[in-house]
Amino acid sequence: MIRLKDVEMVYENGTKAIQGITLTIEDGEFVFLVGPSGSGKSTIIKLLTGEVEPYAGRIMINGFSTSNISERQIPLMRRTLGVIFQDFRLIEKKTVYDNLAFVMRAVGASSKEIRQRIPYVLDLVGLENKAYSFPTELSGGEQQRVAIARALVNNPTTVIADEPTGNLDPERSLELMDLLVKINALGTTMVVVTHEKNLVDRFGKRVVTIDSGHVINDSVGGYVGGHIHG
Amino acid sequence: MGKHNFGYFFHEGLSNMFSHGFMTFAAIGITVACLLIMGTFSLVAVNANSLLQDLEQENEILAYVEEDFTEEQARALQAQLEAIPNVVSVTYISRVEAMERFTAQYPEEEMFQDLDPDILRDRYSLKIRDLKQLSQTKEMVDDINGIAKVNAYEAVAGGFITVRNVASVVCIALIAILFVVSVFIISNTIRLTTFDRREEIAIMRMVGATNGFIRWPFVYEGFMLGLLGAAIAFLLQWGLYEAVAQGVDTNDALQLIDIISFQELWVPVAVTFSIAGILIGVGGSLSAIRKFLQV
Ligand SMILES: Nc1ncnc2c1ncn2[C@@H]1O[C@H](COP(=O)(O)OP(=O)(O)OP(=O)(O)O)[C@@H](O)[C@H]1O
Ligand SMILES: [Mg+2]
Repeated sequence: MIRLKDVEMVYENGTKAIQGITLTIEDGEFVFLVGPSGSGKSTIIKLLTGEVEPYAGRIMINGFSTSNISERQIPLMRRTLGVIFQDFRLIEKKTVYDNLAFVMRAVGASSKEIRQRIPYVLDLVGLENKAYSFPTELSGGEQQRVAIARALVNNPTTVIADEPTGNLDPERSLELMDLLVKINALGTTMVVVTHEKNLVDRFGKRVVTIDSGHVINDSVGGYVGGHIHG
Repeated sequence: MGKHNFGYFFHEGLSNMFSHGFMTFAAIGITVACLLIMGTFSLVAVNANSLLQDLEQENEILAYVEEDFTEEQARALQAQLEAIPNVVSVTYISRVEAMERFTAQYPEEEMFQDLDPDILRDRYSLKIRDLKQLSQTKEMVDDINGIAKVNAYEAVAGGFITVRNVASVVCIALIAILFVVSVFIISNTIRLTTFDRREEIAIMRMVGATNGFIRWPFVYEGFMLGLLGAAIAFLLQWGLYEAVAQGVDTNDALQLIDIISFQELWVPVAVTFSIAGILIGVGGSLSAIRKFLQV
């Protein structure tokens, strides 16, 4: 479960990116995070991954609380999360398989666990034939599916995606959202930041709308019109 | 979180080394240079010290007894001389013995052959422990009633001590400087590999790798750089030492200098080089990855 309580976030240069957000996301939920450019969506993601710290308020993530988490516990908290970025962030000189093995090893998985887990995850994202390709040999949509596989491979409770379809054409975007919905159906909590109005409309999930660092709407199946650009 | 994954860290460290061939070469090179200079100075100091010890062992003070003392009176001084702190051994030499030694030393000089032993004095040969206290010891011997004159080679001993002291100070200063330079270069080499891997490091942190896990490959890299440098430096030092030893051995002018054989020295040299190499390597890597200590 993810819970934000009266969270504020100020960047070093004085930008008040988040100005008092309270939000709860239950286990197994699928939530779209929408809002205009600069409204604070990526900042919320960074707060969830522990990349930045709240200036005020409290954040609870899968049993860890930012107000009393120790430095040693931050890696453990991050292991409950799988993160997907707009620009994929794959290691280009490693094959698809090695990209996944790399993050499994990073959290101490054994060779046996790695051999068993990777084919399952590649099959889930439909890339069972691309295990030994390099990222540069794949299409954008395929690369993003590798990034999803990587986010899933350590079996996180929650997957967080910051504009995962930003670099894809509409048809690939739809496929990708379908995949995220399917993964959510298997039990993983899903938080997806997106600009894409059509997609959000299409899936009828919970939509949280952010503007100027505030939550201005939180409802199932839609968002407040007129605030979304791009 | 499991056990320490030696195989993985070793492999990563090794691939870091190979991905920066030139810097790795430079880092090992500077480590070798540092150890070699350190080793050469230390070995010179070790040999100088052993020479000085030989000299100290041979070092004697001659204390001449007053001419009008009888042999009985002269022998009675032995106990007083033995009581002086820095004196190790006291040997009485009668004027007759002294004469015999003298003529034995110069068998060809006829004019010495039939000298009357009476022109020589009874004397004591004193061996002393610490050359640095030579002049005090000499004074104490001189103050004894019945000792007419004291002979000691203060200037020679003093000169040797100065050489040894200067050598040690230069040696320590040089080692300290080279140590810092080596750590700095290794640190920069490893910083380069961390820079190259910042993308991988960012991903590792994102998925929840511990700082320890992220650091270990770089520590291994430093360890391997240091140890490899130590091994190369050891072989070069060995060759250099043998070459110099041979040169000294076959040089007539340097016959007095007795070089310690490398067989007696290789264990401490190998151990010191390994420890110093590892300290340089691991020190360099820890300084390069300091920033990962913070989240
Ligand atoms: N590192 C930073 N330092 C200072 N200010 C920042 C930083 N990152 C973001 N901001 C500012 O914080 C505010 C929120 O930025 P954020 O990246 O969260 O927006 P966003 O909703 O993700 O926008 P977009 O849809 O364009 O990605 C903006 O005003 C932005 O300029
Ligand atoms: Mg953003």
